[in-house]
Amino acid sequence: MSETPVSVTKKAEPQAAAVPAQATSPENGEVLLRVEGLVKHFPIKKGILQRQVAAVKAVDGIDFEVRKGETLGVVGESGCGKSTMGRVITKLIEPTGGKIEFEGQDITKLGTRGMRPLRRDIQMIFQDPYGSLNPRHTIGSIVSAPFRLQGVEPEGGVKKEVQRLLELVGLSPEHFNRYPHEFSGGQRQRIGIARALALKPKLVVADEPVSALDVSIQAQVVNLMDDLQSELGLTYVIIAHDLSVVRHVSDRIAVMYLGKIVELADRTSLYEAPMHPYTKALMSAVPVPDPTRRGAKSERILLKGDVPSPISPPSGCRFHTRCWKATEICKTSEPPLLQLAPGRQVACHHPENAEDQAPDDTTLLAVAKEAIEVVTLARTDTEPEPATESEPDSEPETSDVADVTDAADETDAADSGDAADSGDESEVQPSADADEPDDVQESTDK
Amino acid sequence: MTELSKTGAAVGEPVAEGPSKPPTAFLEVRDLKVHFPTDDGLVKSVDGLSFKLERGKTLSIVGESGSGKSVTSLAIMGLHRLGARGKNVKMSGEIWLDGKELIGAAPDDVRRLRGRDMAMIFQDPLSAMHPYYTVGNQIVEAYRVHNNVSKKVARTRAVELLDRVGIPEPAKRVDSYPHEFSGGMRQRAMIAMSLANNPQLLIADEPTTALDVTVQAQILDLIRDLQKEFESAVVLITHDLGVVAEIADQVLVMYGGRCVERGPVEQIFAEPQHPYTWGLLGSMPRIDREQTERLVPVKGQPPSLINVPSGCAFHPRCPYADLPKGGITRTQRPELQEVGGDHFSACHLSPEDRTRIWTEEIAPKL
Ligand SMILES: Nc1ncnc2c1ncn2[C@@H]1O[C@H](COP(=O)(O)OP(=O)(O)OP(=O)(O)O)[C@@H](O)[C@H]1O
Ligand SMILES: Nc1ncnc2c1ncn2[C@@H]1O[C@H](COP(=O)(O)OP(=O)(O)OP(=O)(O)O)[C@@H](O)[C@H]1O
Ligand code: SF4
Ligand code: SF4
Ligand SMILES: [Mg+2]
Ligand SMILES: [Mg+2]
Repeated sequence: MSETPVSVTKKAEPQAAAVPAQATSPENGEVLLRVEGLVKHFPIKKGILQRQVAAVKAVDGIDFEVRKGETLGVVGESGCGKSTMGRVITKLIEPTGGKIEFEGQDITKLGTRGMRPLRRDIQMIFQDPYGSLNPRHTIGSIVSAPFRLQGVEPEGGVKKEVQRLLELVGLSPEHFNRYPHEFSGGQRQRIGIARALALKPKLVVADEPVSALDVSIQAQVVNLMDDLQSELGLTYVIIAHDLSVVRHVSDRIAVMYLGKIVELADRTSLYEAPMHPYTKALMSAVPVPDPTRRGAKSERILLKGDVPSPISPPSGCRFHTRCWKATEICKTSEPPLLQLAPGRQVACHHPENAEDQAPDDTTLLAVAKEAIEVVTLARTDTEPEPATESEPDSEPETSDVADVTDAADETDAADSGDAADSGDESEVQPSADADEPDDVQESTDK
Repeated sequence: MTELSKTGAAVGEPVAEGPSKPPTAFLEVRDLKVHFPTDDGLVKSVDGLSFKLERGKTLSIVGESGSGKSVTSLAIMGLHRLGARGKNVKMSGEIWLDGKELIGAAPDDVRRLRGRDMAMIFQDPLSAMHPYYTVGNQIVEAYRVHNNVSKKVARTRAVELLDRVGIPEPAKRVDSYPHEFSGGMRQRAMIAMSLANNPQLLIADEPTTALDVTVQAQILDLIRDLQKEFESAVVLITHDLGVVAEIADQVLVMYGGRCVERGPVEQIFAEPQHPYTWGLLGSMPRIDREQTERLVPVKGQPPSLINVPSGCAFHPRCPYADLPKGGITRTQRPELQEVGGDHFSACHLSPEDRTRIWTEEIAPKL
């Protein structure tokens, strides 16, 4: 447990009496991981010759640093490339381009053998707990695998250490001999966490580490990760869609959109004054755990345009097909990720809460005028039939969403990837990275 | 039997009568038990659960990870008896859906209901989808099993469904394989599959855990639409209390395979009556507040389901276990009792103690 005794006034329980490690994390500490121009494309091949005809641009040029001992949160729409980014920086799959440096060493080109000594230091917690656990192994053997593979003998023996780890994540000895299918969703997720933390790595990339956990066990795991961070100086990259959790655990947060980072900021400023329009929309959609506020306070910005295809992303700013502030320049020129305030980087021509970067360009694109709908939530039982609600036989709401995108613009976001065209000869190359069983110690690419 | 409240679902009250008594609600679960024999002993995953749910209503089941939420839903869907799982499960109790009892029913009858009258969104999309078939083919199959239509018609339906769950370029993505989707896209594909036949009962097990909030909002709207259009009953399992607050009519809190509290959603948030529920509410990180303090989990470990703690299963972790007289919490299992309008709690604390603790100790900290 942590050492700093702090007068946390109200929450007097013993477990509450410490400040999370990240609150004190180094502002300008040493860089542990540096990523430059990182790109990962999944080729789409066609025909007998398997000619590459296009690519899913899952990660398309991102730069960031992670400092020693800090937690970087990563958020963004489903499918925007978060998991892919995580797999690339842990070298579970090979990047298409760009550079990855770990502790100053360029690891971009390291192969399986070159990476082996680093495997111990860089661990990943997978998004899909079931897919990442070998169904034929018991939990005991899955969690002890890292010790076997790295030839590490913990004090008191492997079995004892594994039991300690399981207990730390809220599992009990009665689980030791069970197989993955005999566990609940949240229990599987905790097994993945125990495995990743086994060797006390330096960097842990955690892909939705607590999404399947009830709030109490979630709190327990978050606190455990905090403790390890302050005890061992661990560094985390935490990918999560739960913005309350991200707010709690992160020092800084990167917001991704369609393969790019659109905003990078410390947690307080990001939540209090988001600058990128996408970040703003994202924040507004968070449900608040208070039924009395249902209908009243929960106003949210609903993005109406559909997520464009990562096969041929929109020109200029990738968000312009859904942004309510988009102007001509947004369509033609890609906004660079710029520092607009201390510690805040944003890629937008017309940011919120900051100076307009292209003040002369004021004419909104046609699509911008219909890009969003501000909705309030309606109760299902008390309210008769609010006017905004579609009649049973009228068009479903989502269909006009589709229309918006279609009519939206000429950037062919809509009729983009004929590459994705699924003619029978077209095939998205399955990379060898399907969630790996418990030998994630080895790079699985190739 | 208790009069149904205005909010529709009445859940959890002790049901004493024999199997002959006809159900009064659309879905009625009575004294459900699901046990798994293992080498280490009998795992009592669900151990005496009862609830009711009316058409057009949403019941949220919340509770600790491993408390039996998914096992309950699989039981309703008749999925425990299938395949390798079936060999190793003991089930008892009654599950009534629209007047039909399912636990004693022939597997074929249950299969006919499954996918048409009742559908489930599984917690784990990867394990519920076949890796070697395209997403589209799996939806087409789900639709054609219960509808006598051509492949072409079914495919149109599949594209429409993928569109409704927000998959970009559905006409193209319909031919992707599950591994080519991101985690959240897989989850949405599964939601599309389960909605294919406009089910009357939808069980959604953590339907939005892998989804970002914008897509989550869209999916919740979709479930609401389904409910409005077809009067479907929805059981929503989630640990996201924000989602619960937003969509549920009734809430059922599970701990160690049993219901410890249930009631109308407003009541559960405004005046929860069980120490475990207090613990849950207290451990939540809140986005609407700057939070620099440490999170407060319920202390202690989840209970063993093999050697379930005696008396109240929560007693080893309950800060108030010593308040009720005579150590009764350790010897006698508390039954669900009405503590307010249509609101039930299984706890030995006296009403005065509960009110005092809630208003003085718990609520001010939330
Ligand atoms: N092996 C693969 N082959 C082809 N395309 C892929 C592959 N893996 C991912 N993709 C595509 O890359 C894009 C990004 O996927 P990724 O899994 O990184 O998203 P994500 O941000 O993690 O989303 P989620 O929040 O839903 O998990 C998606 O469009 C996905 O379909
Ligand atoms: N086949 C099985 N054999 C033995 N035990 C099992 C089996 N399936 C489930 N269990 C146990 O039953 C309990 C209830 O599992 P269930 O999946 O219902 O939990 P849950 O409430 O859905 O949790 P979560 O929120 O983590 O998904 C768990 O403790 C689990 O370990
Ligand atoms: S204002 Fe322009 S640059 Fe900024 S997010 Fe909107 S479209 Fe992109
Ligand atoms: S019965 Fe006793 S141990 Fe159980 S919740 Fe109530 S006070 Fe706590
Ligand atoms: Mg992902
Ligand atoms: Mg579950």
